[in-house]
Amino acid sequence: MSAPHILAKDFEAPGLGLFQWKPLFHIGPFAVAKPIVLCALVMIIVIAFFWAAFAKPKLVPRGWQNVGEVAYMFVRDEIGRPFLGKDSEKWMRLLIPVFFFVWLGNLMSVVPVAQFPVNSRIAFPLVLAVLIYLTFWVVGIKNQGFFGLLKNATMPPDLPWALYIIVIPIEFVSTFFIRPFTHAVRLFANMFAGHLLIALFATVGFHFLWEKVTPLGFGVGVLGAVLTIVMTAFELFIQAVQAYVFTLLAAFYISAGLYSDH
Amino acid sequence: MMLAEHAAGFVAAAEKNPNPLLPDAAEMIFGTIAFLIVLFVLGKMLIPRIQQTLAERTDAIEGGIKRAEEAQDEAQRVLEQYKEQLAEARHEAARLREEAREQGAQIIAEMREQAQTEAQRVIDQAHAQIEADRQQAFTRLRTEIGELAVDLASRIVGESLEDEARRRGTVDRFLDQLEDRARAEA
Repeated sequence: MSAPHILAKDFEAPGLGLFQWKPLFHIGPFAVAKPIVLCALVMIIVIAFFWAAFAKPKLVPRGWQNVGEVAYMFVRDEIGRPFLGKDSEKWMRLLIPVFFFVWLGNLMSVVPVAQFPVNSRIAFPLVLAVLIYLTFWVVGIKNQGFFGLLKNATMPPDLPWALYIIVIPIEFVSTFFIRPFTHAVRLFANMFAGHLLIALFATVGFHFLWEKVTPLGFGVGVLGAVLTIVMTAFELFIQAVQAYVFTLLAAFYISAGLYSDH
Repeated sequence: MMLAEHAAGFVAAAEKNPNPLLPDAAEMIFGTIAFLIVLFVLGKMLIPRIQQTLAERTDAIEGGIKRAEEAQDEAQRVLEQYKEQLAEARHEAARLREEAREQGAQIIAEMREQAQTEAQRVIDQAHAQIEADRQQAFTRLRTEIGELAVDLASRIVGESLEDEARRRGTVDRFLDQLEDRARAEA
């Protein structure tokens, strides 16, 4: 047997079981496990933060309101206005909850004890994506009509007619069927992979520096511990980026429903 | 699995090969509810408030700038007005000074004329007085000289010149002769 095999004889890499949680208690027929508890925590934190910031807003901001305004203006100026222009004020009421619900759900990945990204469970990104998909349909039909929406979404203007034979089916499937899944899976997969990576390096570090310390494995353990820290920092970045992308796409899909000129 | 078990304590691989792409029903329901609560509290209550506050702040800042501009305009206007008034006052003062100077000159001229007239009048009066006095003195002298002469002549001649008219004629003639002589000597 070669050295790596001997070295890792007892090592078991974390797998999909990492995302399966024992039910803590039951509400009716539904089992409540750690992801749901974290989701509730996210809900409470988001509401508490914005309540502290905006419950009694002052003309001259103080304390939490300053932080809240920075958060609000970030989403408004970076996501809302580029896509929704003058309609952005109205849609901020959806985009702010989406961004912070997603971001804090992601952030749970690196919060001690929590240490699990809520959005690595496909159910959470999926319901958000479906809600946004439904919103797209509602504003689309309201602003462009059913057939107008179909036409504007599947027929980009100024193409040679022959191309429409290819473009129309592609655009139709992509806009009306694939979109909510890519929207949800993009977030889910990033969080899933990120959590798996951190868990893998943490397990390596723990296994070789604590569970089974060997002269050969020591270096590997140190590498695992260091990479755990590096990956955690990297995950912090990815979490914010994915929340940003998820909200950006939400704004883009809504704008596709609102305006025909795309 | 060891680390996760150590860390969290309640992890379980319920299924042998769970499919992570299959959504859990409870999570979907709870995720929806949780998000809708967040959406309601933030979207219906909190975000409209901050939007209103931000709009009010924009208004306040724009209003402040507008008010400052108005105040500056007002100040500029008042300054112009003051300058205008000041120039007017200076002009008025100059005009008054000029007028006073003219009036003064006029008064001086008038007074001078008046004084000259008065002086002339006094001189004339004096001349007339002198003339009158001289005339009076002359008349009296003439009378006295006449009487003296008559008295003297009557004493010398011893005759009483009873005829008044003749006597007057004689005296007058005598006096005229005296006058003529005096004039001739002069």
